[in-house]
Amino acid sequence: MKRVVPTSPARRRFLGRTAGAGAALLLGVRPDGAIAALPRTAPPAPTASDADFVPNVFIRIGPDGGVTLVSKQPEIGQGIKTSLPMVLAEALEVDWASVHVVQGDLNPAYGPQGAGGSTSTPTNYDNFLRLGATARTMLVQAAAQTWNVPAAECRAAHGAVMHGASGRTLAYGALVPAAAALPVPAAKDVVLKDPAAYRLLGTRVGGVDNSLLIAGQPLFGIDTRLPGMLYATYVKCPVLGGRPVEANLAAIRAMPGVKAAFIVEGTENLNGLRPGVAIVADSTWNAFRARKKLAVTWDEGDGARHSWAGFVAQAQAARAQSGAATMREDGDVDAALAGAARTVEAQYVYPFISHASMEPQNCTAWFKPADGTLEVWAPTQNPGAGQALVASTFNIPKDKITLHITRSGGGFGRRLSSDFIVEAAAIAQKVKAPVKLTWTREDDLQHDHFRAGGFHFLRGGVDAQGKVVAWHDHFVTFANRVEKKESDGGTASVLQPGSGANLSGDEFPGRWVPNCLIEQTPLECRIPMGPWRAPGSNVFAWVFHSFIDELAHAAGRDPVAFRLDLLGSSDMVAGTGERGVPYNAARMRNVLKAVAEKSGWGKRPFARGRGAGVAFHFSHRGYVAEVAEVTVSKEGRLRVDRVVVVADIGAQIVNLSGAENQVQGSVIDGLSTLMYPALDVDKGRIVQSNFHDYPLLRMPDTPTKIEAHFLKTDYPVTGLGEPVLPPLAPAVCNAIFAATGQRVRELPLAKADLSWS
Amino acid sequence: MSKYTLQVNGRAHAVDVEADTPLLWALRDTLGLVGTKYGCGVGACGACTVHVDGQPARACQLPVGSIGKRRITTIEGLDARAMHPLQQAWVELDVPQCGYCQAGQIMTACALLKQHPRPTDAQIDDAMAGNLCRCATYVRIRAGIHRAAEIGAGDKEKA
Repeated sequence: MKRVVPTSPARRRFLGRTAGAGAALLLGVRPDGAIAALPRTAPPAPTASDADFVPNVFIRIGPDGGVTLVSKQPEIGQGIKTSLPMVLAEALEVDWASVHVVQGDLNPAYGPQGAGGSTSTPTNYDNFLRLGATARTMLVQAAAQTWNVPAAECRAAHGAVMHGASGRTLAYGALVPAAAALPVPAAKDVVLKDPAAYRLLGTRVGGVDNSLLIAGQPLFGIDTRLPGMLYATYVKCPVLGGRPVEANLAAIRAMPGVKAAFIVEGTENLNGLRPGVAIVADSTWNAFRARKKLAVTWDEGDGARHSWAGFVAQAQAARAQSGAATMREDGDVDAALAGAARTVEAQYVYPFISHASMEPQNCTAWFKPADGTLEVWAPTQNPGAGQALVASTFNIPKDKITLHITRSGGGFGRRLSSDFIVEAAAIAQKVKAPVKLTWTREDDLQHDHFRAGGFHFLRGGVDAQGKVVAWHDHFVTFANRVEKKESDGGTASVLQPGSGANLSGDEFPGRWVPNCLIEQTPLECRIPMGPWRAPGSNVFAWVFHSFIDELAHAAGRDPVAFRLDLLGSSDMVAGTGERGVPYNAARMRNVLKAVAEKSGWGKRPFARGRGAGVAFHFSHRGYVAEVAEVTVSKEGRLRVDRVVVVADIGAQIVNLSGAENQVQGSVIDGLSTLMYPALDVDKGRIVQSNFHDYPLLRMPDTPTKIEAHFLKTDYPVTGLGEPVLPPLAPAVCNAIFAATGQRVRELPLAKADLSWS
Repeated sequence: MSKYTLQVNGRAHAVDVEADTPLLWALRDTLGLVGTKYGCGVGACGACTVHVDGQPARACQLPVGSIGKRRITTIEGLDARAMHPLQQAWVELDVPQCGYCQAGQIMTACALLKQHPRPTDAQIDDAMAGNLCRCATYVRIRAGIHRAAEIGAGDKEKA
């Protein structure tokens, strides 16, 4: 496809006229469907003034026609800073070129601001359409009043209101004083735009920060610079859950550039302020250099007994017994297995992994003793939780904590935790100057809130017709002991499985198999855990869709037809468990049929060493099916040739460019996580330390072809940061089986010998 | 403290740091050029890629005391108007997700295009293998390099 950068002088003049200081980007959709990008200089961030029209906290229009839209959600690479303002702009009837997007601070007026669980779009989309339409309605009313004509005779487009009969036009800027004097209309008096008339939504629009990103301009938390700012590093016990007893602080304070060194007591909460040693210096490197000379006596705590080999032994011991908890019990699984035509038994194992966002955790904090206020600049997905943790840890009222949300260099769930924020706050209170805490990459990998490892002991049976009649999973997972407040005011010590390490009895194929037993046994550990992109789903999809594939092959059936049968004929299937959610099997059958069709499933024969695999998964409100085609060389080298993705995330793709980028990224992230990363635990320590021994996928392993298809349905518009990732791993592993006859049951894949002869 | 004069983006900058300070931190903390990113500190991710006398180098592995008069180019100095063909292509194809690694990607790609003005996919894979993108925008990075090669060829024809 030929793409041309427009060079027409006329175009340039037009762009020049709308230009000011700063930089942004205008994109439109060209007739050939390619992204057309017109680099331009953005309007200057309009200065807020009392003369502006501010119909709500997200929209501000100045008398000069400048439109400022607030991005309330944290931007972590999911594209929300572009896509939610697009929703406002569409409803408001302004040209994207006239829009200036600013990142909002943490502010109760904006409502919840956490970016996790692919919720930013579904929880804001309808409201933003309404907010934009409300503002547009007021501008139309203002014009109608000015012209003394009925509002119904006026319409808004391109940042102006037109009166059809008389041909008169007034730009929004000129309507600002009149619109600002109007009351905000009731919801019933606001007509939402007909989706058929959308001009911006569904097109490919470039990220609003792109032109700053490619010029290396400051945007990220780690780029924060303040007058008089100091730089900190924070050293925690290598044994997870341990604490410092004493350290050579005097020697450290004598190192070049070091301004302070002290022990922070911390709290018991494994996901809160961990105890450690802070070193504060006049530069990041002077702090990092000093920590190399730091000698600490640690109280390692009982986490020191942990090792991965020990966990494996514990899991094998647990396997011989019933699970500690029964998550689901339908029918009689033992009887069904005894009567099945074919049975399969297998164990699946996956390791702890880290998030490894490219921007290491960091936070800048400034405590002002005079008024007891704390100002925070944080690359966080969860600013409200960050503020709350700081408030509860230090007993600072929330209204004294200002939190600026910076762009994040990747999130993947890591920045839903607030440990780095509360550490910066602890250090800031000691040094009484602005201080930027930067974690080393080693800190980041070894003191993550990890994606838990896990063990699944599975048994399944199919009948003579090739239908699944029995399903038994005993899931051995990991849990931390926590003190929980009880309703009577007391506390109870409970084992709480890590985020994404707690299996719902409704996880597919629970609810679809007549004889189904799902059990769970937690292994207690001191390893902090947290949500990792598509929590739970990122491993459950791999385990269950690999095992479903084993059953399909045991039954001698086509993997797509077998899955369509398994999905049954009901449409909505209600949730039954505490965490269960309704599952629309009709939507899943549709994406599964579509991916079979788009990929040409079953139409082409594959030579030995080549094969195709299929998987689907419902998570984060998205229905996704994927087909992977792979080549495995005789020597066992894997190449993913093609991945076809079909996703149903509702009635509207907001930003097609962002959506395609998320699909490609999720596929490659899924493949990377399948192939490479794994953390060993030894004597309570994480063994791996940096990208040399914690590899991630690089460009040469990128699949040759990734195809994204979106099924447009009548369902609510939902998010895309997560749901495409889970089906990738099982689709690839099922393709490896088709290619080689080898079943991958332990991650990472790179450790498996895939050679064949 | 030792005093060094660094040639960065065509200008001489005095930096007052210890000799062992990696160029990365002198750029970021001393000179305020934060486009060069910290990712790993061991030369394994490519986020801190700069040019030293036109060759790509990992700024986290270069002690300031070892640099001497060599010319440093950072992302901020790649093009005065941020309109290098790679920068144009990155915007045109909407390459970034989080964007943290992209300055390093562009600096590595720039060196590749100097060596191979119309690189093949294999040459791109080879040259870019040292640069991690955790968001995995590799498909668009590859497309962006091809597009930049086209833009660069067009610019040459005009010149």
